Amino acid sequence: MTVDIRRRGLLAAGGALTLSFAMPGVAAPGALPKSLEKSPWLDAWIRIEANERITVFTGKAELGQGIKTALLQVAADELRVAPGRLQLVTADTARTPDEGITAGSNSMKDSGTALRHAAGQVRARLTDLAATRLGVPASSLAMQDGAFVTGGRRVTFGQLVTGQELHLRATPTPAPPAPGPRTAIGKSVPRVDIPAKVTGGAAYVQDLRLPNMVHARVVRPPSQAARLIAVDVAAIARLPGVLKVVRDGRFVAVIADGEYRAVKAAAALARAARWEVPESLPVHPDVNAFVRAQPSEALPILARGAAGKPGRQFAARYTRPFQLHASIGPSCAVAQLVDGRYTVWTHAQGVFPLRTALAELLAVDEDTIRCIHVEGSGCYGHNGADDVAADAILLARALPGRPVRVQWMREDEHAWEPFGAAMVVQVAATLDSTGRIADWQHDVYTPAHNTRPGKAGNLLVATHLARPFAPPVPKPSPQPEGSGDRNAIPYYVLPNARVTHHFQSTPVLRTSALRGLGAYCNVFAIESFMDELARAAHSDPVAFRLRHLIDPRARDVIKLAASKFGWDGYRRPARRGRGFAFARYKNLASYCAVAVEVEVARETGLVRITRAVSAVDCGEIVSPDGVRNQIEGGIIQSASWTLLEQVRFDAARVLTVDWASYPILRFNQAPEQVDVHLIDRPGQPFLGTGEAAQGPAAAAIANAVFDAVGLRMRDLPLDRQRVRKA
Amino acid sequence: MTTYRLQVNGKVHAVDTDADTPLLYVLRNDLELNGAKFGCGLGQCGSCTVLLDGQPAMSCMVPVSIVGQRPVRTVEGLGDATTPGVLQQAFIDEQAAQCGYCIAGMIMQATALLERTPSPTDAQIRTHMAPNLCRCGTHMRILRAVRRAADTLAKGGKR
Repeated sequence: MTVDIRRRGLLAAGGALTLSFAMPGVAAPGALPKSLEKSPWLDAWIRIEANERITVFTGKAELGQGIKTALLQVAADELRVAPGRLQLVTADTARTPDEGITAGSNSMKDSGTALRHAAGQVRARLTDLAATRLGVPASSLAMQDGAFVTGGRRVTFGQLVTGQELHLRATPTPAPPAPGPRTAIGKSVPRVDIPAKVTGGAAYVQDLRLPNMVHARVVRPPSQAARLIAVDVAAIARLPGVLKVVRDGRFVAVIADGEYRAVKAAAALARAARWEVPESLPVHPDVNAFVRAQPSEALPILARGAAGKPGRQFAARYTRPFQLHASIGPSCAVAQLVDGRYTVWTHAQGVFPLRTALAELLAVDEDTIRCIHVEGSGCYGHNGADDVAADAILLARALPGRPVRVQWMREDEHAWEPFGAAMVVQVAATLDSTGRIADWQHDVYTPAHNTRPGKAGNLLVATHLARPFAPPVPKPSPQPEGSGDRNAIPYYVLPNARVTHHFQSTPVLRTSALRGLGAYCNVFAIESFMDELARAAHSDPVAFRLRHLIDPRARDVIKLAASKFGWDGYRRPARRGRGFAFARYKNLASYCAVAVEVEVARETGLVRITRAVSAVDCGEIVSPDGVRNQIEGGIIQSASWTLLEQVRFDAARVLTVDWASYPILRFNQAPEQVDVHLIDRPGQPFLGTGEAAQGPAAAAIANAVFDAVGLRMRDLPLDRQRVRKA
Repeated sequence: MTTYRLQVNGKVHAVDTDADTPLLYVLRNDLELNGAKFGCGLGQCGSCTVLLDGQPAMSCMVPVSIVGQRPVRTVEGLGDATTPGVLQQAFIDEQAAQCGYCIAGMIMQATALLERTPSPTDAQIRTHMAPNLCRCGTHMRILRAVRRAADTLAKGGKR
């Protein structure tokens, strides 16, 4: 395995050159995969009972990405059983390994790799036990559906594991395990969660119905800076079904015996509250002015070669507004306090960090809180999930014994989820006389892209209490993953390049991780600019990219996407055009190329995607259809961000509080066709797919708009108003 | 509180509730049906879509007091995980879900279409489904699932 040192070389903030050789998904020789190192006991991952029940444990959570099914496929192949034989327990602070946050397209890399190692070692242990039990050499044993057989004799997993046989520490392997037979892996195993979801089965935390459960709603301030002048809670407490009105500083909530009674009481409570709403938000004419007005710290992340090469110089600026996760189902949680112990059912992406933050919020011992992940509506990053869990636990404390269910209203989710951060990217480049890029400079200005819990101050409600917690000062994540600077370093061969992350640690609006973090806009900028440079160099955009790439896997996805799209020989129909883009997510994960054809109606400003063709290499593919589903969804969600979405606010408050003021893509604007082509790399590390398409899809669309009508759109979104006016 | 007799999925249920309670809350909390989901409470997203007298209705906007004798159908009325209905099976076959929160509403919206227009064009499917939002970007699969169900029904498959 070769590691491209140049591409992984990075300049730390202090100026020292540091090199990272971390390969995703593969433990270095003699080391364990990260998750397994943190939770090294084999029976933390796999348990076998006398009744032959085999249970697999993961610290990752199902978010609708299909991770449950894919992890079962991995474990099943290592245990040589069908996936249907396995039970799966996902993120639960009382039962599963702590695998941090389900994010960053890392779940297959982290949990898939850990389970592959753990299940492989369980199989080896069982083989030894079976050989001893049957008195034969291990090599004479065959495995058959949860049992070992030899010469007509048979012993089952359940017979072999009667006590602590699997309570062993995982041992580091000298080399990655040799790939075993691929029985489930590589097949599009139907997702285990879909049947309940299409038939009204209990599938979501929103569907939890516990005995004696009560319902609560929170009345949020009109803005983060608003002050509560007065509220008459006594009148609200007398409304039908109201069990309790809770007020702590600016946190005002009502608990009722029925859900709609809680909704109505909360509406009455909102009417009864008098707020002072200061005009404290800075108002600027555009995203660039807004972002550039904030103080930032320049963090150089790449300094390669020398500046000042001769040639033709180009520069462009790209912007992205604040955007929403905009989950279809508002965030929800259920919490209960019984005998001094809390249980929280939550769709948060990290039950362990959430527990830590909740313990600080309540000033209780972490061991008194159990957080259990239950699926919610898709989150696409850090949405209101953690915040509503904090609402729920505070209300459960106020009404001990009763399970308290809290669901946010639509306007809560739109106005209060942590937004995807606004970004400004300035790119400059020099083309030499041969049409190659001789110099490159990339400056990205953006506030924090990660303010997840860990700390109570990361929870919305904690900032509203009478004794508030201050949000911790956010920090940028280090390269190569990065945060706002994710994918700010181009993957191309650029002998002279400088990249600087201008990090803003004092956010005006609350922001956090939205699918892909900075990669969405950095890739939009780089790949739009590559298109501009290709045209300036009189080069085909695909050929121009290939000229600047050496990684064969990158070249493969580009060539495959171009060929399946029919790039060469494309004939441009009227009002239509084609665009291309590529990125390797985080410069270390999945390779994704996207070719798009759009149709642009200048009169109405409507941009419609007629065709999107993608090629993806995510290492060894566990579920081809699972990968396709993620990439299709990524392209369409990115199309929605790119064509439609921006948070609006005035000096006082956020104005985009529903689907009318913040529209997203509907069926009538959905692409006519989306094709995803996969390159499987058996034996290669799992690279993850969830976020790979966000950036390339955006740039491919903008490049196609230019190709269709000659408009270079550098400010997101490319909405109807902008296209019409341009 | 008033007692309402609601005909839901072919059965009559007596429900004691406040007159202004939207049908959605009655279905979810009183009848313990999970299919219809709260998405916006504003009639903008379609997560709560049910059939009211055969017409798609956003149940977050329908007070229980005006339902009357009109039959209500939810996704639970189409089948269950062991014996899914044609549309449900089509969604499973196409793996037409990611988080799936919108899907029950999608299936009910599509049910209304196929009952009136058994052989819709692709354009008719898109237009008909436009009130319903999906955030995961599962649109292509949802469209394929509705097409597949229409084709199954055209070949004589049971509804």
